Parts: sequence; structure tokens; C-alpha cells
Amino acid sequence: MSTEQLLPLLWQAFLETSWMVLVALAVGGVAGLAIGMGLYLTRPGNLLANGPVFAVLNVLVNIVRPVPFIIFLVALGPVTRAVVGKTIGIEAFTFAMCVMSAFVFARLVEQNLVSIDPGVVEAARAMGASPLRIVRTVLVPEALSPLILGTTFLFVGVLDMSAIGGYLGAGGLGDFAIVYGYRQYDWGTTAIVVAIIIVIVQLVQWLGNTLARRALRR
Amino acid sequence: MPAPIISFREAAKIFPGRKGAEVRAVDGVTLDIRAGEIFGVIGYSGAGKSTLVRLVNALERTTGGAVVVDGTDLTGLSEARLRPVRAGIGMIFQQFNLLSSRTVAGNVAYPLEVAGWPRARRRERVRELLDFVGIADKADVYPAKLSGGQKQRVGIARALATNPKILLADEATSALDPETTHDVLALLQRVNRELGITVVVITHEMDVVRSVCDRVAVMEHGKVVELGDAYQVFSAPRQDVTRRFVSTALKDRPSPAVIARLRARHTGRIVTVGVDDVSGSSAHVTHVLREHGVDGTIVYGGITEVAERPYGSLTLEIVADGAAGDDPRVEAAVAGLRAVTDVVDHGTARDPLDDAAPSGGPTGLLEGNDL
Repeated sequence: MSTEQLLPLLWQAFLETSWMVLVALAVGGVAGLAIGMGLYLTRPGNLLANGPVFAVLNVLVNIVRPVPFIIFLVALGPVTRAVVGKTIGIEAFTFAMCVMSAFVFARLVEQNLVSIDPGVVEAARAMGASPLRIVRTVLVPEALSPLILGTTFLFVGVLDMSAIGGYLGAGGLGDFAIVYGYRQYDWGTTAIVVAIIIVIVQLVQWLGNTLARRALRR
Repeated sequence: MPAPIISFREAAKIFPGRKGAEVRAVDGVTLDIRAGEIFGVIGYSGAGKSTLVRLVNALERTTGGAVVVDGTDLTGLSEARLRPVRAGIGMIFQQFNLLSSRTVAGNVAYPLEVAGWPRARRRERVRELLDFVGIADKADVYPAKLSGGQKQRVGIARALATNPKILLADEATSALDPETTHDVLALLQRVNRELGITVVVITHEMDVVRSVCDRVAVMEHGKVVELGDAYQVFSAPRQDVTRRFVSTALKDRPSPAVIARLRARHTGRIVTVGVDDVSGSSAHVTHVLREHGVDGTIVYGGITEVAERPYGSLTLEIVADGAAGDDPRVEAAVAGLRAVTDVVDHGTARDPLDDAAPSGGPTGLLEGNDL
């Protein structure tokens, strides 16, 4: 196909990928922060120590996270149908991305929180701060720098997931590269998509590093 | 006697250990801390002193007994009911525990935010506190840029923000160098004297107790093994652990190896005499020696202050007419010394006494009599 024909399709694919990635990053980020915070808080010995809740969350994260996304996509089918109403299309695909990214991010968040000095939390408790206030004014601000880096990492992971959007007819850059590049033996088109993805990742990584450094306060 | 502001009644904290091996961190402590005093809790690590102090603001809950703080029995209070109690008790820590994401002013403002102070009053109070601890110029600096001593000043300002009646200091100087330790202790004394705040100092450093505490509890294996006026406890220690702490502050009493070297160097009678308010002053010692016509040469020892009163011992070589050997006058002088202070008799090079009693007293008397 000619460049004039491909360019609008590429732009379309770029918009689809952007939508999928931003929605999954936002929903997965917020949900992952909540689950990760839950893991941290309910861990034995911590602020809201609760063995059963911790065990359930922990097992859930351990089950979901290692499953390859393409298999998870299929396995989540019934849930996707119940929530989105269908199992194909960009909405159904993005829903699966949100779920997966939430669990991936949850573990990242938990690990970042664990590295916070427990003494700081104890100091806040000693000043009469409630658990919710400690989450808001101690845990999140103190772990902000690694959380920003974690979000950057999540962005790359979500972008990676979006590449197989074509399987559920969700489109996106990955689908574009396969359909108009790989299957047409058009290496030039494939290379352009790869280049675009590399540029996006580099930009986001740079942004993440800059913000994280600024949040470090050292 | 003033009413206690903190009362432990058979207070216990038992942690469930692995395989049923429970840890009795605090094991039936009964103790009153008086309003307005600086109270020291000294013990080696693992003695339970950090857990004990955390029972006061219920960062740790008792598993037995009761803790009453300023009239409020903390036993069985819910977390939500404990929060206002905690807000009325300041606490400082060994590792300072400042929020690295906030400036100095932001850290000091934190407890005020928790207590719901309006912004304008917060700002005013923060300035006042930073002035009090002497780091007003660091208000907009992040903690990572501060020295240890400055961080602890921020910690103290933060702990004082909401005008607490009690300040808990958990090994507050243990991460600081000696000079900074001195400054921070002086600041704690100001907090106590100028603001009338009761200060509870947890430490494993004898120097800390020695220089600031009015009364002291010595802890070992979760129990208080000695309690009382700091001077009384350290000038007449009854427990081994107390003696060990005393010996870390002042190496005034010669070890067996030192005694052996002293006997080799000095032919006269070697005795160690206590110099303190309880046993006797050095003036008494001088007087006794002169009375018996003997010379006392100081060969070892040291005198320092505990709770701002003299404390220590001197080891003397006692000779009559500069001549070595037995002399009734030397014997009489030693007996005379026993009448005014505690004496440990090390004998002479020819006739050594293996007197191991660390602080003399009655033990010294008995051993002196077997000649």
C-alpha cells in the first residue's frame, strides 16, 4: 500500500494504542495502588495487620501476575463479558489490560512501600495520626519517587500488552505492524512502528526519571 | 511527693514467639514517674526498655497489668480513643524518623495538622518551635541536608509542637557524636526546666543518665532491677548490671591487672577509697591520713559527677615515713579510712589481698579484719 493510504491508518492505530494505554495506566494505576497499599497495610505486623485479607490479596496477585497476557485475555473472557458486555473490541481488550496492570502494579507498589522506614510510620502514629492519614501524608509522599518509577515501568508493560490488541480486534500499533508490515513483507512499515514505540518509551522513561528525581528531595 | 504522671502497675508485654517460645519484653513492671522530672530507663539492648516506653503512648499495647498516663488508664482503650492521648505525648527517636518528603518546617507542622490547627497558627507555632531548638534558619531545608544533631533538634521541635506534658526520648542521642549528644541533652534539660515537661529518657549510655536524669530505673530481662534517685542508684549499685553501667561511665576502680601493676610499682599499702556524697568526701580521706601521720599517694582513680554530685574513687599508696613494710600507723590509717568511707584493701606487694568486692562497704571491712 502507498504511504498516503498507510498514514491515516497509522494515525488511527496510534490513537487506539494511546487510548488503551492511558486507560489501562489510569485504571490499573489507581486500582494497583489500592491493592498494593492493601497488601502492605494488612501484612502481619503492619498498620492494619489482617492475616486472612493479606493472604487472599497475596494469592490473587501471585495467581494473576505470572499468567502470560495472551492467555489471561482468554481466561478472563467470562468476566469481561459480564462487565463490558462483549469479549471482543477495544473496550473488552482494554478491560483485560486494566485488570492485569492493576495486579502487576500492586506488587510494585507493595515492594516500594516495604522499603519505607517503619520508624517514620511509627513517628506518625505517635503523633496521633489515623491510618488513613498515614497513607495519605506519609506512605504515598515518602514512596513517591519509586512510585513514579514504578508507573513508568507499568507504562512500558501496558504498552507491551497493547501490542496484541489485534487478537480481540482492538487495533493499535501492534496490530498495524503485523497487518501492514509483517504480513505484507513490508519491513519498512514494521521498522517505522518499532521506531515510534521506541521514541514513546524513551520519552516516557525520561519524564519518569525526571519527576522521580525531583520527588526524591535529596 | 508529687502525683505520678505515668504509672506502670504490673505492666507486661509478652510477644508470641515462634514455636510457642514467647518473648517477655516487659515482665511485670511497677513504676511511678513523677510530673516534672527527668526519668531515665537504662539497660542493655533487649532489656525491654524500648517496649516499656512504647507502652506509655500505646504504640505497644500491654498484655497484662495497667499503664495510667496523666489519669487515663490506657488499658483496653480503642485505637481511635488512643489517638488524642498520643497527641499529648511527644516522642523522639534514635533514627530521628523525620519525613524525608517534607521540609524541616513541614515536619514540625505535621503534628499540628494532625491536631487540626489552622494554617496561620501552625506557621506561627512552627517558627516559635524552630527558634526554641535553634534551627530557625533551616526551616525550608529537607532533612537529607541536615546533620544528625540538627535532625534531632527538628525531632524535638516536632515532639513539642502540640504542647505535650510528656516527652519520650528513645535512645535519642545514641546515633550522635559525644559533642552533639551533649547539646541535645542540654536541650532536653531546657525542655524539662523551661517548659516543665516530664521527660522519659531511654538509653544504654551511662553518660546520658549521669548528666541529666533525676531518677533512674535499671532494666534487665524485662524487669526493673533497680530504681531510685540516680545518685543513690549509681553511687551504691546493688545489681551487677548497674555496676557494669557505672564502670562504663568512670573507670575509676582498678582491675586485677591494674592492681598487679600497681603492686609492682609501689611497695606500700594499696587501698581504694570511695569518694562521693554517700561514702565520704576526699576531705575526710586527707584528714584521716594526716591524723595517723601517714602519706597517701594517689596512684589511680577518678571523680566525676552523677546527677550533679561528686562520684568516684581514688586508689592510694599509703606509707609511713616513706618506708615500705608493715607499720601499725598504716594499719590504723586504713581502719580510720573505713570509718569515713568505703575502702577496698589491696594489701601490699609482699602481702597482697585479693579483694574482689567492687564497692567495699561491709565486705571490705570483713576482709580487712583477717590480718
